[in-house]
Amino acid sequence: MSQKILLDKINVPGIKTYEVYRREGGYTSVEKALKSMTPDDVVEEVKKSGLRGRGGAGFPAGMKWSFIDKKSGKPRHLVCNADESEPGTFKDRYLMEFIPHLLIEGMITSSFALGANRSYIYIRGEYMWVFKILERAIAEAKAAGWLGKNILGTGYDLELHVHCGAGAYICGEETALIESLEGKRGNPRIKPPFPAVSGLWANPTVVNNVETIAAVPWIVNNSGDDYAKIGIGRSTGTKLISASGNVKNPGVYEIELGLSVDEFMNSDEYLGGMSTNRPLKALVPGGSSVPILPADLIFKTANGEDRLMTYESLSDGGFATGSMLGSGGFIVYDDTACIVRNTWNFSRFYHHESCGQCTPCREGTGWLEKVLWRIENGLGREEDIDLLWSIQSKIEGNTICPLGDAASWPVAAAIRHFREEFEYHVRFPERIKNRDHFVAEPFEKVRHLVAKQTV
Amino acid sequence: MTETLMNRINELISHYPEDKKKSALLPVLHEVQDAHDNWLSIELMDKVADILGILPIEVYEVATFYTMFNLKPIGKYMFEFCQTSCCCLRGTEDLMDYTCEKLGVGIGETTPDGLFEVRGVECLGACGYAPMMQLGDFYKEHLTREKIDQLIADCRDNKIILHDK
Repeated sequence: MSQKILLDKINVPGIKTYEVYRREGGYTSVEKALKSMTPDDVVEEVKKSGLRGRGGAGFPAGMKWSFIDKKSGKPRHLVCNADESEPGTFKDRYLMEFIPHLLIEGMITSSFALGANRSYIYIRGEYMWVFKILERAIAEAKAAGWLGKNILGTGYDLELHVHCGAGAYICGEETALIESLEGKRGNPRIKPPFPAVSGLWANPTVVNNVETIAAVPWIVNNSGDDYAKIGIGRSTGTKLISASGNVKNPGVYEIELGLSVDEFMNSDEYLGGMSTNRPLKALVPGGSSVPILPADLIFKTANGEDRLMTYESLSDGGFATGSMLGSGGFIVYDDTACIVRNTWNFSRFYHHESCGQCTPCREGTGWLEKVLWRIENGLGREEDIDLLWSIQSKIEGNTICPLGDAASWPVAAAIRHFREEFEYHVRFPERIKNRDHFVAEPFEKVRHLVAKQTV
Repeated sequence: MTETLMNRINELISHYPEDKKKSALLPVLHEVQDAHDNWLSIELMDKVADILGILPIEVYEVATFYTMFNLKPIGKYMFEFCQTSCCCLRGTEDLMDYTCEKLGVGIGETTPDGLFEVRGVECLGACGYAPMMQLGDFYKEHLTREKIDQLIADCRDNKIILHDK
């Protein structure tokens, strides 16, 4: 059994309520921080912990905090990014729905560290019932004296509110989220200035993922050094992984970073192997944006080492043979899944979610979707595969925010690792027009038709 | 705008600094839409602009950007199926076909009695509980044909709560 930090108390009956959460030791980090530490002490502990942003980018949280502009004297804000929308990711929702006070406790302690007196939790609009859970939990915390003026008699004031989006993936990008919180369209801003200098209402702002903030109470209660002892190298602590697709036990798991992919995938404590008796075909380890891995690169890296659930091991080999830990959205495919169809589906998603500001993304994502649709529907042309490659390479790096990259990577990786499947679609359109074709005829059985002839 | 709704709107506005009332726009639009058959007319949007002290165009540009705001009348019970890849691996597409056939509508259409509408939407963040859909403020997960039948019957019997107020 690995150590649990976030989900340790998740099964305590009534942990959703303030009374039970408090009885189980909740809000002690607020007491400790406000009464016996300075804000800089808290930042220092988070730095020592090596905690990295859990939203996907993996940027060290303590360092991000240290960038916040304190000199200007403007009000500062902490905004929690609960706009979880990356396909494959549903971990934050689990945390907020079942142990909402952990996030609120983390928000208070973290806001104190940043010197923020007005903080927000930005939750996606579809999670409306979770919005209500958080609203009620905030009211409970306020009634118990953890929010408002002069908290615990220390002179520290904090107003915390929950704000809802309305169905836009792009608002998970921190500057788009800030725009949306200001009541505008979710168009990402050009950086610099970074939010740490000019964020919400042009005030210094830090935006952190739910899971990142939820880890702060444990770090304050114990120590940054204790947190850093968990995990391997620069991948410290625990991570929530949300598993979906063709696995026996889909759901949210807290793992110690450094667990092997093999154990996570196959042990009964975690995913318990495949849901069907079919072979594993591919894995997207960190949400739809990260490169897909073919079966032979899932459990071992290209140079034969065990693939581990860490930021470093999952990206071993770069994009040629690796992927990314990303948001921890672990999507498993068996051999009935069609990679072309999956790639088309993701491209449709990015096309739908592109905010339309930058031409390469607005036009490119639509073009990717169209070309992939025609290949998937038996109307592809021989040159389409190279066309896809060319389009994705021209989106990547040419947009204001990373949505363009996120739309490019899955296409590039699918072609890199599954090119033969694309060729099969183009060359045997009659055979792929039936939607269930891979259920009846897994690709392995027809691979010889497109395999390169060796003389 | 009923008194209850106005109280709620004023409460939401109080969550932001006095000179930043515009920030309340998204939460307020949600409330107004929920209270008016789940869609926003021009008149309602103008009213919201008036309440927040902003220009009508500032409301329109936001309402047209976010997919959760409906700008025309829609079915009372909108079955919004998540159709992104992870859900498709678990059979969403077949279930959508089944639902459409059962209700006699295509995707994006409303039944003649105005009760039902079927839509495909992008990732709802419930990938591990697929196939699933959103119905009002809530998620219906681990769906099967039997569960769809039951949901349709419950909607017809007025047993479904759409909003948590």
